[in-house]
Amino acid sequence: MIGQGVIGQAISRTDGPIKVTGRAAYSAERQDAGPTLHGYILGAGIGKGRVARIDIAAAEAAPGVRLVWTHENAPEQGPAEGIEGDMMDRTRPELASDRINYYGMPIAFVVAESFEEARAAAGLITVEYEVEAGAFALDGFGPNLNWRRPSQAGDIDKAMREGPVTVEQTYSTPYHFSQPMELHACIADWRDGHLHLYLTAQMVNQLTTGLGKTLRLDPSAISIDSAYVGGGFGSKIVLHCEAVLASLATMALGQPVKLMLTRRQIFTLVGHRPASISRVRLAATPDGRLTALGHDALIQVRTDDAWDEGVSSVGKALYASPNRLTRQAHQALDVQPGEPVRGPGELPGLMVLESAMDELAEKLGIDPVELRLRNDTQIDPDKRLPLSGRRLADCLREGAEQFGWCDRPTIPASRRDGRWLVGYGVASSMRGHYQTSAEVLVRIEPDGLVIVRSDMTDIGTGTHTIVAQVVAEALGVPMSQIKVELAHTKHPKGNGAGGSWGAANTTVAADRACAALRQRIAAVAGTSYNDIFAEVRRHFPDGLEERGRTLDNKDDPNYQTHAQYTYGASFAEVGVDIDTGEVRLRRMLGVFAAGRILNAKTARSQLIGGMIWGVSAALQEAGALDPRHGHWVNGDFAEYLIPTHADIPAIDAIMLEDFDDKANHLGVKGIGELGAGGTGGSVANAVYNATGVRVRDFPITLAKLLPGLPGR
Amino acid sequence: MTATPRLPVTLSVNGETHVLTLDPRVTLLDALREHLLLTGTKKGCDQGQCGACTVLVNGRRINSCLSLAVMHEGDEISTIEGLGTPEALHPMQAAFVTHDGFQCGYCTPGQILSSLAVIEEIRAGVPSHVTDDLEAPIPLSDQEIRERMSGNLCRCAAYPNIMAAIRDYLGEGA
Repeated sequence: MIGQGVIGQAISRTDGPIKVTGRAAYSAERQDAGPTLHGYILGAGIGKGRVARIDIAAAEAAPGVRLVWTHENAPEQGPAEGIEGDMMDRTRPELASDRINYYGMPIAFVVAESFEEARAAAGLITVEYEVEAGAFALDGFGPNLNWRRPSQAGDIDKAMREGPVTVEQTYSTPYHFSQPMELHACIADWRDGHLHLYLTAQMVNQLTTGLGKTLRLDPSAISIDSAYVGGGFGSKIVLHCEAVLASLATMALGQPVKLMLTRRQIFTLVGHRPASISRVRLAATPDGRLTALGHDALIQVRTDDAWDEGVSSVGKALYASPNRLTRQAHQALDVQPGEPVRGPGELPGLMVLESAMDELAEKLGIDPVELRLRNDTQIDPDKRLPLSGRRLADCLREGAEQFGWCDRPTIPASRRDGRWLVGYGVASSMRGHYQTSAEVLVRIEPDGLVIVRSDMTDIGTGTHTIVAQVVAEALGVPMSQIKVELAHTKHPKGNGAGGSWGAANTTVAADRACAALRQRIAAVAGTSYNDIFAEVRRHFPDGLEERGRTLDNKDDPNYQTHAQYTYGASFAEVGVDIDTGEVRLRRMLGVFAAGRILNAKTARSQLIGGMIWGVSAALQEAGALDPRHGHWVNGDFAEYLIPTHADIPAIDAIMLEDFDDKANHLGVKGIGELGAGGTGGSVANAVYNATGVRVRDFPITLAKLLPGLPGR
Repeated sequence: MTATPRLPVTLSVNGETHVLTLDPRVTLLDALREHLLLTGTKKGCDQGQCGACTVLVNGRRINSCLSLAVMHEGDEISTIEGLGTPEALHPMQAAFVTHDGFQCGYCTPGQILSSLAVIEEIRAGVPSHVTDDLEAPIPLSDQEIRERMSGNLCRCAAYPNIMAAIRDYLGEGA
């Protein structure tokens, strides 16, 4: 395809053919280091305490074993750092002491010639624990809470007293796990004083700081290659034990070491979305204008980790209200540190706030779409800045039209289809759009190839494809002559895949590099040439390269004068079995305004995938923490329910034609998390509309619905 | 230290014969990935819960993580590598690309092999949980296909697109 008009087209993924044929090599499948040794982690069998005695003699004597480490003999590492520093830059020492801070924390590491030998030897280690009482239950709002991140306007208490129509309810959201299909894995290869990692990661250059400090290596002595990543959803952003332990072992043994966590280990060694309890307060005039919007959230944390899931922050700018208070407090528990999970803050926060809005709409007797439209705002109530690209109302109106919202049952539990109670629900979505500093190199080879280099990863986001589309457009060359090289620390540094910023950062920087290339060519060849490669051959026989950059939010004037978000509305129809309370999604539509869409096919897929995350957040996913021992009772794919084919009908996502000139000159914003935002709320509201039962403790399961179901 | 005992096994994979000497604890999945370097078969849970390791054994799909390699002497094993190549995709592989039936691609080989096996299972009259009439021919309905594909998890949640790909493949008169 020749440039001009390539951006936005529904082009199939350029890495599709190698993925569908099994030729794409994910981290543990890389053969670059040759045959490897194999590691296996033994995790703690208690939730809090210390290792009183550990006996590794039998494991050391087992066939094929090359090394067994515990806190007594593991190599010294950079010490654990306080919670003040950047989450991305912190050390992660492993087997550093006898302390056990959470269930499953590594207490021994075995390396053997085969996976089977390493696993068997780990089973020969005997451990005596000194168990301490741990805190494993999120209690609810106690006295003397230390409120954080407050955003306030007016007097919410007064507004709640004056009403006249109010909603004050408590909601809870569960522990939630990313659990991408590719297991966390690392091949580490220490060779000639340089550490080569083939690691499944969403960001590569960012990891070298913390890993370097942990291993006491200069970051420049570490290379990370994450060519293909089998999903991330936030779980492959921070440094984890597989990278640290595999690195220590290859440095000790001088041979490459492969370490793949087991699925059950990923429930303990990789962080989760913290559980939360929310108190939402809404007040409105009889005609549905909000006069109070309050969201207090209590978030699970650790004392030595400050991942602060921003559950309450979605209330800052979703709707206008003269009296407003959003804030959150922490309760430290003895579970592993929390981490980003797709839609941090928004996914649980919107599910809660949009449920409360549904309750308010019912009390007011106003249609839920209309209530949201009446409280739309063009000014960010928190930052007091114009909201750029604020098209929530367009999403709601278009969705209502396309979905057939006018057919919604206005009285809950009033529609039956055979044994199914049928209901409709709506919710708004909103997600912050961020820009971070990134650099991309574009090189034109005289022989007819354009090479793009960035350390950005493609975790299923379609990065290879959209970058090629933008460069094809900018240089007027066919996509087939563009080679996109990603996900290696040797490439120019961006900020990886996370926070929904990867697509905009990478394509904007790439487009600027192309503009610089065109300028250099124009300076010697004018602008009326037909074949860019012929001009490069003539004037730059060694090829020509330029770098393009994006600025961090805080340095970009547009982000000081405008508040940047993406928007959406989701509409769901569910059926609830009159006897069993089983909830089935019948159909669903999302409408989104997220700036210019770079690829209509891959963007739609990502939005639909996000919406399905919302469905399962409302109905299925919840980590069950044993309140006695701090153990994840349902820590595998048989017991931690995620959607399957049978759970999901045809779903559609509509992307409004959009261009946000305040975001960047390409008009592009992020979509990776937007779909997951409010969707859970639309499902929850549809369940209420179907049954008349309001479940405020997510997920909405059969057991919670059954007692309130209407009779036959 | 005694050495790990090993057993000889001959595996036939995608029509090629491989003579291996394996630790009897090696799963078929790890034999493919670690010993034959056929890494298109994916390890997603190693305990039969996700379907990423789906392969065909004598034409029927199994979770290769739940089966030991030494049990497959004489079996015909088909993996994703035997189906098509990037230059010459099998029609089901092409349909997955066209309909964007994946994002990260990790569950994809299993989804593709399962989808082909599901169609054969329905045509052969093998009933499922959602089959109403055990006597009549089973329809290639969305409900039947979704039910039978439910052992193949996709965390990117490409399910609607996978269904579109399977429908497109069936429409080609395969």
